[in-house]
Amino acid sequence: MELSALSGGFDNAAHQSATAFRAIMNVMARPGVIETVTGAVPPKGLSVAASSLLLTLCDPETKLHLAGDLDTKTIRDWLTFHTGAPIVPAAQADFAIGAWDDLMPLTQYAIGTDQYPDRSATLIVEMPELAQSGTTLTGPGIKDSVQLSLPALEPFQLNAALFPLGCDFFFTAGDQIAALPRTTKPESTPCM
Amino acid sequence: MSDYNFAYLDEQTKRMIRRAILKGLAIPGYQVPFASREMPMPYGWGTGGVQVTAACLTPDDTLKVIDQGADDTTNAVSIRRFFEKTAAINVTQATSDATVIQTRHRIPEEPLNEDQILVYQVPIPEPLRFLEPRETETRKMHALEEYGLMHVKLFEDISQHGQIATAYAYPVKVEGRYVMDPSPIPRFDNPKMEMAAIQLFGAGREQRIYAIPPYTQVVSLDFDDYPFEASKAEGACALCAADHTYLDEVIVDDDGGRMFVCSDTDYCESRRQAGHIGEQGTPYGKDAA
Repeated sequence: MELSALSGGFDNAAHQSATAFRAIMNVMARPGVIETVTGAVPPKGLSVAASSLLLTLCDPETKLHLAGDLDTKTIRDWLTFHTGAPIVPAAQADFAIGAWDDLMPLTQYAIGTDQYPDRSATLIVEMPELAQSGTTLTGPGIKDSVQLSLPALEPFQLNAALFPLGCDFFFTAGDQIAALPRTTKPESTPCM
Repeated sequence: MSDYNFAYLDEQTKRMIRRAILKGLAIPGYQVPFASREMPMPYGWGTGGVQVTAACLTPDDTLKVIDQGADDTTNAVSIRRFFEKTAAINVTQATSDATVIQTRHRIPEEPLNEDQILVYQVPIPEPLRFLEPRETETRKMHALEEYGLMHVKLFEDISQHGQIATAYAYPVKVEGRYVMDPSPIPRFDNPKMEMAAIQLFGAGREQRIYAIPPYTQVVSLDFDDYPFEASKAEGACALCAADHTYLDEVIVDDDGGRMFVCSDTDYCESRRQAGHIGEQGTPYGKDAA
């Protein structure tokens, strides 16, 4: 293990994870809203927002899947030291992180069971950027409708159709974060 | 500097509760199981609400705690002091100043805004529990969306009493899917649950967390010919003359004397400050006592 894997965690875990969780909870409760999450100083390849989210939510009890380019020794070492989360294949994951194309296909993740719909995967999609434009979202947590730059449309519509089962999503870019729970109904925005 | 970890709970416990809260928000009205901890207060005193509050509190928050609408009752005071001591946060009694409000059995009269979080203390989270005692069965009923039993219960109310007699913990259906116990709030408060704030529910002894995101559809169950009614005691508050608030009945002597006062003490006080005087009220700041 490189020495660099030992640094970059929260230096005040209780306060920083509390502040980070507030932003994380706000975006999950209000799909489409973009907030800022900071605290972690991650190794190359992970965004500040995604790594802060992992430090806030992951521990030895959560199985984590690293998709595509993120499955490197550096990132594995860093996450193992700071969270202790076991790294697993996609089908067993509680949390999965990666670029959108690397995370596909969506059907390989746990969607929960009829009696325990909460036992489903949460996907953290690393994005080049987040913007409040693009796909139109409606559903719980959204007053009328909002727009968010989703990486795709159809997979999210299929996921929403599974409700109350389905995956939940976070989107991260730099220190920005947004979310899309399974209850949100995405539609393509009509051209003006 | 407090000798406790921030907000009492250890970090691993908070992570576990936080994950449950997120799944709860993603599946509105569904009860997420969580590994409830022993808290330094007995079950029934809000251990579920306290754990949820501890998991979502930040150092910048201002906390308000109410018990049946009142800021100054034993349960509210002790929980408020608990977090003052373990989290060193600011506390308030004013609804509009609070960022996190933990409540036992009431929703504040003043509408909540988008920057606020309402945490409910829940004794029995399962709305079907008194109709079907087995958890294995109620879990199946939720999975199959089999809620006929609840309508039979409301119908029996009507056949026995001529109206739906359930006055508190009135069952609601969230976003057209899960039937949920809104905790024992009076049914007067049910229509307020479609609000701008995040609502989180914690049941400590029963080990369940559930949630309602802002602007989520919350419908009180009823029948076409017996529509839901948000009821309250007739009359106006004796202190502030409000006739649109939920009223508590207070027995004042041994001869059957009684008065009705606002259950929400902060709302009542702010009305009195604004010059509203009820039948038995005195101008604000000039109490006989």
